[in-house]
Amino acid sequence: MGAAITPILMPKWGLEMRQGTVTSWLVEEGADIAVGTPIVEVETDKISSVVESPDPGRLRRRLAQEGETLPVKALLGVMADADVPDAAIDAFVAAYVVPAAGADDESAAPAHAFVEVGGLRVRYARRGAEQGVPVLFLHGFGGDLDNWLFNIDVIGEFAPVIALDLPGHGQSTPRLPGAALADLAVFVERFLDAIEVPRAHVVGHSLGAAIAARLALDAPARVASLALLNGAGLGPEINAAYIEGFVGAASRRELKPVVEQLFANPELVSRQLLDDLLKYKRLDGVAELLAQLGAAQFGGGRQAEQPGRELARAGKPVLVVWGREDRIIPAEHAANAPPGATVHVFDGAGHMVMMEKAGDVNALLRRHIA
Amino acid sequence: MARKISMKQAINEALDQEMKRDPSVIVMGEDIVGGAGGDGERDAWGGVLGVTKGLYAKYGDRLMDTPLSESAYIGAAIGAASCGMRPVAELMFIDFMGVCFDQIFNQAAKFKYMFGGKAQTPVVIRAMVGAGFRAAAQHSQMLTPMFTHIPGLKVVCPSTPYDTKGLLIQAIRDNDPVIFCEHKNLYGFEGEVPEASYAIPFGEATVVREGKHASIVSYGLMVHRALDAAAALAKEGVECEVVDLRTLSPMDIDTVIESVEKTGRLICVDEASPRCSIAADVSAQVAQRAFKALKGPIEMVTPPHVPVPFSPPLEDLYIPSAAQVAAAVKRVMAGGRN
Repeated sequence: MGAAITPILMPKWGLEMRQGTVTSWLVEEGADIAVGTPIVEVETDKISSVVESPDPGRLRRRLAQEGETLPVKALLGVMADADVPDAAIDAFVAAYVVPAAGADDESAAPAHAFVEVGGLRVRYARRGAEQGVPVLFLHGFGGDLDNWLFNIDVIGEFAPVIALDLPGHGQSTPRLPGAALADLAVFVERFLDAIEVPRAHVVGHSLGAAIAARLALDAPARVASLALLNGAGLGPEINAAYIEGFVGAASRRELKPVVEQLFANPELVSRQLLDDLLKYKRLDGVAELLAQLGAAQFGGGRQAEQPGRELARAGKPVLVVWGREDRIIPAEHAANAPPGATVHVFDGAGHMVMMEKAGDVNALLRRHIA
Repeated sequence: MARKISMKQAINEALDQEMKRDPSVIVMGEDIVGGAGGDGERDAWGGVLGVTKGLYAKYGDRLMDTPLSESAYIGAAIGAASCGMRPVAELMFIDFMGVCFDQIFNQAAKFKYMFGGKAQTPVVIRAMVGAGFRAAAQHSQMLTPMFTHIPGLKVVCPSTPYDTKGLLIQAIRDNDPVIFCEHKNLYGFEGEVPEASYAIPFGEATVVREGKHASIVSYGLMVHRALDAAAALAKEGVECEVVDLRTLSPMDIDTVIESVEKTGRLICVDEASPRCSIAADVSAQVAQRAFKALKGPIEMVTPPHVPVPFSPPLEDLYIPSAAQVAAAVKRVMAGGRN
């Protein structure tokens, strides 16, 4: 056995995930599958997504029952080539032990840390490989580091990863250092100083992409490369109704139709996702701060700053990824990527391409920063 | 938000943050500063169960120990509210509210209406509610329905530390009189609470567990009994949705109706006496507005219509249990009592 057998494990999506529920199998036992094929659908209290096959091969065993809730790293199924005998697979299943939570350093370490940057308390996560240029993840307007729950642990397997809650977002101090991209880019630079990171691959989503572009132009020495996902800053249009709706929504009923616009598949919007967003939006100062930032950057449905269009002069490797069904920032803006950029536009994804096409985006990121 | 604190700490933090934010917030009540064995200012006790401990050291005279006369200091709090302060009065046990009904029912609740909308009464009256404390019939009642019955009052009864902090902050900022009911057996209950201030709007129920077979509607300590029942029933394949009303006046009946329209079955769990209770109110509103969605009769799980017994075994029998809730769900699933 060994190399010929590939276990399908309960994934760990996000720092706080401890268990997941298998909602449905997407592949029959005995089917031959290619790399990246969705095998099984898993639901957590935050969101549902699919586990994709890490290798080509045959699905030999479906061990987890539909509806069953299992801990992270539990054995859901087994893949192996056709010539691996059943006895070897049975032996593998019998010998498999789910690593206890906290048994390895990864889950024993605190999920988040806080650092003081310019008088603001910033929550961040730093994990993954020890060696190499770190990958810094910048979320978008109204987001937080959990937007990267399908990405940072995967990317962390081969590079150090850092994700933060931008000021005024998530669990960082609800105050802005300023509402211009330059203010936020300087803040990111100060944050990198505070955690002693000289240079990083910067992955930005939406507003985070515009901040990343601004940073690459203003402080090129700090940026090894750029990945812009459904990025702001590459064109003028933005959905004003979304921005105003997100800022104004005061209840779950008001927020749900707004947040559903983020996804090609609105069923991904769980009650927990909405409750978490409401908890954030209800913190004192957040409503005012989002209104201020939204008006400064996206007032009247126009993007005030478009640094992404100046990136040719930054001379950095650029990856541009979009979900074609993005209802917030049109995917057509991908055409404004700088010359030489790698551009991918995915069908079946909306504004949250790193969630809806997590496997594909992770593969692109991995190649991009290699 | 990794930090966990108890409901008692959540109340203290809400008071602390609002006193810091707004100098018109004052706190008054029996023994809230010192007494009960403390040696005065240096070791202020902070109320009979220590909920306000530490606040006197920060805010001094903005906390006032009152004489043992509820009618006097509740009246004083209401008067101060009508003159521009935001008093939070602690009434210890809600059972003692009877001696100040005129101040609450006939004055605080009515000022806005009697003075052409020109008067505001932003007073919060905090009180412990509920049985299970071995404190007998005069210190154990769940009198939430009495206050819910009075137009002009707002009534809150949270079940978690997160909700407690956000709803108490909202109560203090609210311009109407609020009766804030704290279940004494939840004071030690811990949960995740952000350190920053936040307000939860009144009139918004939460679905604390999703399910498709039956809706259990509750508030306060009974939410936890409902969740225990739902967890037990899930093992038998019955998926219950649990709705926490959080505020009883205003009440978010829309969320209840939405849930019943999904499940077709309603079980109301209420620690108040059964007659004219919150359970009876919710049942009536659902029967009126969503009768066609119901697949079976509505069940109410409440204590019997007797004063809370002092005998511990009888008191335990008196309080609705998870087993009673589960049995009620099963009755509805089977088509009712007939």
